[in-house]
Amino acid sequence: MGANVQKNKIDVKKIDRIIKGYDKSEESLLAILQDFQRAFQYVPEEGMKRLSRAMGVPESKIYAMGTFYKALSLKPRGKHTCKVCMGTACHLKGAGQILETIERELKVKRNSTTEDGLFTVESVNCVGACAMAPVVVVDESYAGHVRQSKVMDILDKYK
Amino acid sequence: MKAITSFEQLEGYRERVKAAQKKDLPSVLICFGTGCQANGAVAVAEAFREEIERKGLKVDVNVGFKTTGCHGYCENGPLVVLRPKDVLYLKVKPKDVPEIVEKSLVGSEIIEKLVYKDVNTGESVAQYHEIPFYKYQKRIALRNIGNVDPRSIDDYLLCDGYKGLARALTMRPEDIVSEVEKSGLRGRGGGGFPTGTKWRSCRAVDSDVRYVMCNGDEGDPGAFMDRSIMEGDPHSVIEGMIIGGYAVGAKQGYIYVRDEYPLAVKNLQAALADARAMGFLGENILGSDFSFDIRISRGGGAFVCGESSALMRSLEGKVGEPRAKYIRSVEKGLYDKPSVLNNVETWNNIPVIIRNGADWYASFGTRGSKGTKVFSLVGKVNNTGLVEVPMGISIRELVEKIGGGVLNGKKFKAVQTGGPSGGCIPDSEADLPVDFDSLTQAGSMMGSGGIIVMDENTCMVDVAKYFIGFLVEESCGKCTPCRDGLPRMHRILSDITEGRGREEDIETLTELCDVLTCAALCGLGSSAANPVLSTVRYFRDEYEAHIRDGKCPAGVCKSLITYSIDAAACTGCTLCAKKCPQQCITGERKGAHVIDASACIKCGVCKDVCNFDAVRVE
Repeated sequence: MGANVQKNKIDVKKIDRIIKGYDKSEESLLAILQDFQRAFQYVPEEGMKRLSRAMGVPESKIYAMGTFYKALSLKPRGKHTCKVCMGTACHLKGAGQILETIERELKVKRNSTTEDGLFTVESVNCVGACAMAPVVVVDESYAGHVRQSKVMDILDKYK
Repeated sequence: MKAITSFEQLEGYRERVKAAQKKDLPSVLICFGTGCQANGAVAVAEAFREEIERKGLKVDVNVGFKTTGCHGYCENGPLVVLRPKDVLYLKVKPKDVPEIVEKSLVGSEIIEKLVYKDVNTGESVAQYHEIPFYKYQKRIALRNIGNVDPRSIDDYLLCDGYKGLARALTMRPEDIVSEVEKSGLRGRGGGGFPTGTKWRSCRAVDSDVRYVMCNGDEGDPGAFMDRSIMEGDPHSVIEGMIIGGYAVGAKQGYIYVRDEYPLAVKNLQAALADARAMGFLGENILGSDFSFDIRISRGGGAFVCGESSALMRSLEGKVGEPRAKYIRSVEKGLYDKPSVLNNVETWNNIPVIIRNGADWYASFGTRGSKGTKVFSLVGKVNNTGLVEVPMGISIRELVEKIGGGVLNGKKFKAVQTGGPSGGCIPDSEADLPVDFDSLTQAGSMMGSGGIIVMDENTCMVDVAKYFIGFLVEESCGKCTPCRDGLPRMHRILSDITEGRGREEDIETLTELCDVLTCAALCGLGSSAANPVLSTVRYFRDEYEAHIRDGKCPAGVCKSLITYSIDAAACTGCTLCAKKCPQQCITGERKGAHVIDASACIKCGVCKDVCNFDAVRVE
């Protein structure tokens, strides 16, 4: 994790609001954790604690979910998330080299955050846009037919 | 909107929607699938709105205009279809819009530069249904996609939507099950289990609570038909589930959608709300005694949750670990109640089967595999995208006729089907009919329908390593063969691709495969051997070239290749030298360049930027 990433000051009210929006049932656990992820860019410890109390489910169980599901992250993420698709079609069309280029240029390893906290770079297994392979997704925006020599132009727009 | 409480009201409403439609109105359909949106479809739609307004044309009076789901031909997006002329324009940019409106919408001219051109013959084709990519397709599952606005329930009703449901509610539930059985429909998610049989077993279990579920956790890399259906025609899935709920006696349904598919979640949510408002969901559907509702659950980005028992644990709000298969979900599924779990494409087929009858559906396909199947034809092929064809078409027809052959005129080597649980089928077997049983016999499987085309530059050992690497990451870690066996296999494959392969490696790999197949807890592990076994079976010489000669014949495995510049082809443009991150390329302007192999990290940037194809990989 980058040294300059400021831990967001966690808004407890926001946590409680998210929890209140759901039925008090185990079925809602994953959805609530996903809402935390969207609201804070990660699942804060305080969120897991409050969720445990509100639902009467042990913290260990919630922590287990936090580590099991790839969509959940227990560490704060960068301002932007850059996902490099590693699906089969992307792999065949050079996704590995694209990811290496990003790693080299941003001086960051996959599945971690840049020093300045701007980008979290992740490899993901197929975003389902195989016809446009290779694909890079920055936040919610998809870029297709990405070329190794052009990929940094895409990321530069977020700098 | 007032809820519809009888069949007569439904048909009356449908007639009113039909009457409100302007016949033969020129209309513009813009694909709003994820692919086209990524290529700029939103800006194109905006440009159309502005241009239509600027011209003083009025939407709904002079011109129809709507955004639709994915047409499947994502490679060439944004796609724009003009009706009633049935003209398809590809790769449309906002700056093309004024010309389209002027010439093709108001006038009847065709803009040559925007129409499809055959890569092999150079011939241009303007008519949507004449383009080879669409011409050979038979669209049942994708029947509405590209025609309807996924956010409009009226659009769906215009395409005979909810007619299947209305018919189903006049039938006895057991007759619906028989109809589905008779249609020969088999699960589209991978296993190919007969859908009707599954429903019958669930009905047979004594219980007051039952569930139906839709598996929208499309995790196989290379397949995206479920995404396209959920995004582009959400009501077809909902209608199928309501019919299924009625047939097996469930009151509650669940749709489990991948977290990676935000647009699918949005469109399904909107469709559920509309269906509820119209009375297709909720209490006493269409005035009958039957009550049913559906909830959406977003997945958490875990591949194993596509496995049925893991999916149900995840729906219950638990960690998505599978359980042993001897407990059947039709008896003890979600919350240990009898449950039916079907895939998106399976549910989507149900309404048409009920509407048109089992015999109609069974008239397509082969003896053992009825109907059509959607394939995602991707990889090194000219026309990539979603194609729906009758079962039994050959791999060669798919790749050559619909796909337009291999990219850049390279040699066709193999197709990979079935995702990480499937295998590779070589060129020599390409006349094989694509159906559930033939693919399994060939050492692969249907899976969810990904067909990934590979050419001479694809290394089959690297492909096997890729899939095993994928599975290592996605293994949930519950059972030993999968948790420990896969990393062991991955290490051996890495050794082979990195030049440390040993003669006995192939045998060790096959042994490990046997253990996995026999002893793994769930389908993820027990089918994990396929990528390795099928590549060893058909491409053993490639494994041996890596092990014995330290060579990667396809030029992929980094440790076994070197980059060099062909002096005869190099024009000395200096681009590669400028872009090389190692600065290990030297040469004078207009003179041939040279790569210093000792400093080269084989990143491939030089090959990517070279406009003269002068970089060689050996």
